[in-house]
Amino acid sequence: MNALIEAEGVCKSFGGLQALTDCSLSVPRGSIAGLIGPNGSGKTTLFNVMTGYERCGAGEIRFDGESITGATPERVFGLGVGRTFQITRLFFRLTVLENILVATQRHEGWVRSVARRAGSSAERGRALEMLEFVGLAQLAGSPAGNLSYGQRKLLELASLLVADPAVLLLDEPTAGVNPGLIEQLTERIRDLNRAGKTFLVVEHNMEFVMGLCHEVTVLHQGRTLVKGTPDEVRANPAVLDAYLGGGDDDDF
Amino acid sequence: MTARLPARALKVAVSIAILAVFPILFSNPTTTSIAVFTLIFMVAASAWNMFSGYSGYIALGHAVYFGVGAYALTLLANHLGFAAGWGVFALVPVAGIVAGLVAIPTGLIALRARRHTFVVITIAFMFIFQLAASNFAFTGGSSGLQPPTPLWSAVSYNDHFYYAAAIVLVATVALSWLVRRSRFGLQLFAIRDDEERARGLGVRVARVKLTAFVLSAIPVGMAGAIYAYFLGQIFPQFAFDPLFDLSIALMAFIGGLGTVWGPLLGALVLESLQQYFTVESGASQVYLIIYGGLFLAVILLLPRGIIPSVQDLVARWRTRGSAQDRAAEDAEAGATTDVVKAAGAR
Repeated sequence: MNALIEAEGVCKSFGGLQALTDCSLSVPRGSIAGLIGPNGSGKTTLFNVMTGYERCGAGEIRFDGESITGATPERVFGLGVGRTFQITRLFFRLTVLENILVATQRHEGWVRSVARRAGSSAERGRALEMLEFVGLAQLAGSPAGNLSYGQRKLLELASLLVADPAVLLLDEPTAGVNPGLIEQLTERIRDLNRAGKTFLVVEHNMEFVMGLCHEVTVLHQGRTLVKGTPDEVRANPAVLDAYLGGGDDDDF
Repeated sequence: MTARLPARALKVAVSIAILAVFPILFSNPTTTSIAVFTLIFMVAASAWNMFSGYSGYIALGHAVYFGVGAYALTLLANHLGFAAGWGVFALVPVAGIVAGLVAIPTGLIALRARRHTFVVITIAFMFIFQLAASNFAFTGGSSGLQPPTPLWSAVSYNDHFYYAAAIVLVATVALSWLVRRSRFGLQLFAIRDDEERARGLGVRVARVKLTAFVLSAIPVGMAGAIYAYFLGQIFPQFAFDPLFDLSIALMAFIGGLGTVWGPLLGALVLESLQQYFTVESGASQVYLIIYGGLFLAVILLLPRGIIPSVQDLVARWRTRGSAQDRAAEDAEAGATTDVVKAAGAR
């Protein structure tokens, strides 16, 4: 199976702290991959490296076979890699609709981008379609700052979708979201996956990860510990150790 | 939307008409002189807001572009041998472009930093330019320069500058309005709210910020050019003036940061007050006390500025009105059902 996005041998340190050591991850095209690991194991750092927010000390990031190591976040997004943040980030003073319009990709010279109105009717239509898809259409005109926590997560997802990225990296999409909305989110991810989108999900909610993902990678202390199907990962004693703080990591 | 468009067009037409007839109605040179200064500051505040208000990057060094515009007009007029008169106004857009060109390297450097560091760097640039202007021979050092003085009659002398500034003002406000509703403007607002996330959604933030910075420097340079020609002399400490930076920022804050009309209102109130007090009391620093007091009052009472706060008030008043209507309707409907029920019971 060919990988749509992959990280190979990634190392990253912050001063004296080695956050990632020879970390590798590959997400097959059309799959939903999970990335789990105890707190501080480097999941978000790996996300940041993969999406251009952090530069890695060594290693390579590839998207669709091409190296994107060291590319800026805006370029990574332009290529088709969308991400959400662990602590939801929105443009709080813009309306829900405007939040989505920011993400619409349009290639035009800057003179036209200044002279033309934001959001052509086609773009607005598509943005509304995305809001419909996540169930926020009736809130299109209200400021994003007024949304509930779960609604913010859905809006974050919708604003990625409008740009039609090939792969979506979701950082803890269910954290702080009520169970009803988690179900809705799961359904939306399944729908999108059936439509051909690839996902990489960082999550602490095991039920969510095990039910949704085709393949799970476990990070521990900045290293790739185990990789396999949800059942294989669940049965692996090394994973339990990592979570429960069993044997020392010298053992592996 | 279709109903709102003519209303807005009417508002704009009335504003331009007032702008056009003002010096005819109030032809006293003291008044028109105040009006010229006010228009110059309206241009500067509006242009400053186009960058700082929209992007959230508070620049306190736009005096650089004001001063560069002032010196550019004076130097070009003197060296190219422009006769004093209308012709010199042709150099105003040129001075704006020179200011825009200076904004490219200075903007590139300042915009490498974020927020507070950015503010400090812009202030530093202002002092560097002031120092340079006081020391270079071609800028006349601390004794400054004199642009040509036109031989217009004293009665209508100010009017020429008034209309030049008015034209620049209309163009600046049009640009500010265009930017605000454009895709480019939306990207600036996205940067204001969360720059990192904007990058993650494909906004090329470095390019967008620099473009806005340069776009806002051009009208400020044009304002400086008219200022220099109007005063008839230019000194480093007035061309590159830290109080200018504070003033235009304050004007935008008071009127409403990030709105099209807020900075205009702020400049209209503050600059005309300042000029009035200078003329009336002769003490040119009294306005600083008034600035401080006004700023305090706005921060305490209308923290988002006059225009957004008033809009909120109006919106709240309207919804309350319609809520009352609805409550009245409900009560009526309730009464009707009661009647029907009563009729049924009977």
